[in-house]
Amino acid sequence: MKELLTGNEAVARGAYEAGVTIGSAYPGTPSTEIFEALAQYEEIYSEWAPNEKVAAEVVVGASIAGARAISAMKHVGMNVASDPIYTHAYLGVNGGCVYVSADDPGLHSSQNEQDNRYVAVHAKIPMLEPSDSQESKDMIVKAYEISEQYDVPILFRMTTRVCHSKSVVELGRRTEVGIKEYHRNIPKFVATPAACKRHHIELEEKLERLEEFSNQTDLNFTILNEGAKIGVITSGISFQYAKEVFAEQASYLKLGFTYPIPRAKIKTFAQQFDTLYVVEENDPYLETQIKAMGIQVIGKESIPITGELNPEIIAVSLLGKKPDYMESETNLVKGRPPTLCSGCPHRGLFFELSKRKDAVITGDIGCYTLGSADPLNAMDTVVCMGAGVSAAHGFAKVFEKTSDNRKVFGVVGDSTFFHSGITSLIDIVYNKSNCTIIILDNRVTGMTGHQENPGTGYTLKGEKAPIIEIAPLVRAIGIENIYQVNPNNLKEVREALNGASVFEGPSVIITKWPCALKKLHDEEKKEYALAQWVYAVNPEKCRKCRMCLKIGCPSISFDPQTGSFIDPNTCVGCSVCAQVCPFDAIERSGDA
Amino acid sequence: MKTSQNILLVGVGGQGTILTSKILSTGLLNAGYDVKMSEIHGMAQRGGSVSTQVRYGEHVHSPIIGRGEADIVIAFEKMEAMRWMEFLSKKGKLIVNDQQIESAPILAGKEVYPEGIKEKLEQRAGARIIPATKMAIELGNIRVMNVIMLGVLVKEAGLEGIDWQGEIRKMVKPRFTEINIQAFQLGFTV
Repeated sequence: MKELLTGNEAVARGAYEAGVTIGSAYPGTPSTEIFEALAQYEEIYSEWAPNEKVAAEVVVGASIAGARAISAMKHVGMNVASDPIYTHAYLGVNGGCVYVSADDPGLHSSQNEQDNRYVAVHAKIPMLEPSDSQESKDMIVKAYEISEQYDVPILFRMTTRVCHSKSVVELGRRTEVGIKEYHRNIPKFVATPAACKRHHIELEEKLERLEEFSNQTDLNFTILNEGAKIGVITSGISFQYAKEVFAEQASYLKLGFTYPIPRAKIKTFAQQFDTLYVVEENDPYLETQIKAMGIQVIGKESIPITGELNPEIIAVSLLGKKPDYMESETNLVKGRPPTLCSGCPHRGLFFELSKRKDAVITGDIGCYTLGSADPLNAMDTVVCMGAGVSAAHGFAKVFEKTSDNRKVFGVVGDSTFFHSGITSLIDIVYNKSNCTIIILDNRVTGMTGHQENPGTGYTLKGEKAPIIEIAPLVRAIGIENIYQVNPNNLKEVREALNGASVFEGPSVIITKWPCALKKLHDEEKKEYALAQWVYAVNPEKCRKCRMCLKIGCPSISFDPQTGSFIDPNTCVGCSVCAQVCPFDAIERSGDA
Repeated sequence: MKTSQNILLVGVGGQGTILTSKILSTGLLNAGYDVKMSEIHGMAQRGGSVSTQVRYGEHVHSPIIGRGEADIVIAFEKMEAMRWMEFLSKKGKLIVNDQQIESAPILAGKEVYPEGIKEKLEQRAGARIIPATKMAIELGNIRVMNVIMLGVLVKEAGLEGIDWQGEIRKMVKPRFTEINIQAFQLGFTV
């Protein structure tokens, strides 16, 4: 049976067909849908872990216990998970194990453009790279065979364009491989220095055998076109782009197994052509290794390292072929920058923070990064998951030394707090920081598309789960000054910010209100009384002062003649605008 | 040598661009074509610029369409049509829903929604302007605008032979089936 699947759905399908029984992951664009799809298969236990390191460790355990196991993460998630992965390479597997890295060339939804193909080299684990959805499925099945045959975990490297593009997949059936027996094996699975000295030697030997495999496997295949004078060496989505550009004018060495690279196969291919191109996205991963073999190729001197690749860039940079198109009239096009949604519970907090010109606000990864955008502009830094908490401590310690009396606030979302904010908060308590951490608890992992997390009371599979309450957790860590507020109530927010500002020592403010787009669970419908009305501007009272525009709500528009207007179709009745209007011109109107 | 047909669907988050692309690409798959569809999501939320690319033919390689390569650009919003016009082939067809959606900076009075887009699109690219939003409102639900546009697209692309009504039935909630079928027919005959 044929279906149109995204690369992500195809990976999940491949795991199903390969007989995988355990999966653990943390959501992150562009990898998230792998586990959303995996959760549909009853045969597979799958879960959201609090972060990628935990997920990888769960999978290490499951693999050693004898199950075929999978974890998936975005590229920067693999930085978090790298500690267990790098040593897992030494220990090897019992049941096969695959780590999916979904890289984001072009930074569609990420903070950097790192090329995780180097992780394979650094961690010394074999790597597979699919170029479409069919390969994403088939190569996952193959990955488990390789993992068990060579006793190593596998890096399965994808990119946004493969993850999120749909293409035709011929489905197969699930092979029940079962779960292998587990017996204690201290010399193999306990990573002591003595064991790992031996493991390292064995791993280097495995990599030699894996290079032989790389030379033989049809995951690395050649397409020879008669009369073609150009040879193209490529992998992943770049293969599809290269085929688009060169068609039958070139011959191809398409690499699906890209660590270790098949040096003998590359050498044989290269000998047949005077002109050799390496077509790859972002870093010169293949190119550097091929050049080190003494083979002359053209790569990054022509194709840019930065940004997402596409056929046009290849055609321009290698063939000098410019695209033929009608230019659009850019003066007739305005941007549509992302904004916090109408009724977003982050808005009230960031509006109050935006008024504190003497505050430093360290931000974190999530929808609330948009607190840095116009008109709120209420953020100083964003680095990585958890840095909103720890970087606040860094600022506070510097300000202590310089007797700078600016107040430091760190903001972090609920899911990000569970991910890596807890250890940072421990640092703050232990090392006697004088900063305030604001935990934006919107009851869901928002930006990646509404996943459950340890605070929501449900699992990935939709089963009920214990709720990890943030306030008692924070108290147990040692925070004594805790505020819990409704962020849509500006007075409550203001009082908490004031209280925390005059307090000597660390404090926490929890802003608790569900994401405006969240489909509430029944018990949440009872807990959070959503407005039954919307708001409207009374034109007789509106003095056109534009104060309501400072909250940056997409439901509010402004006309210099008629003043402010609230779109009743998108207003959800959060009332933040009504609270900021100095003339009480914003009033309750019809039903929500 | 051109081996595939390229359709670019553009609009604003919330207009149903992605659903339309799903109906389109599944219909093409069931009709026996090789199909690739690409959409990028992540930070694109409500109100952001959205584009999906559908390529079909005997064999499709790249899932993305380059500038000057789309046989049809179907725009659910006027300014988005202008934003993506570069992707239209010089021989291609531009179909535009006559709707104006203001971005956040425009709503806040910091920028002005540009005048004269429709005229420029007609003049430069021979755009076919469809009042699909108005038609959807008259039909009883503004949200079926996308399926009206799908009807127009199917006609323009010469894809009448595919069971589109069957695809629509599979993709939309049962209580919205009838109005969507009506919307499709309306678009098909406009």
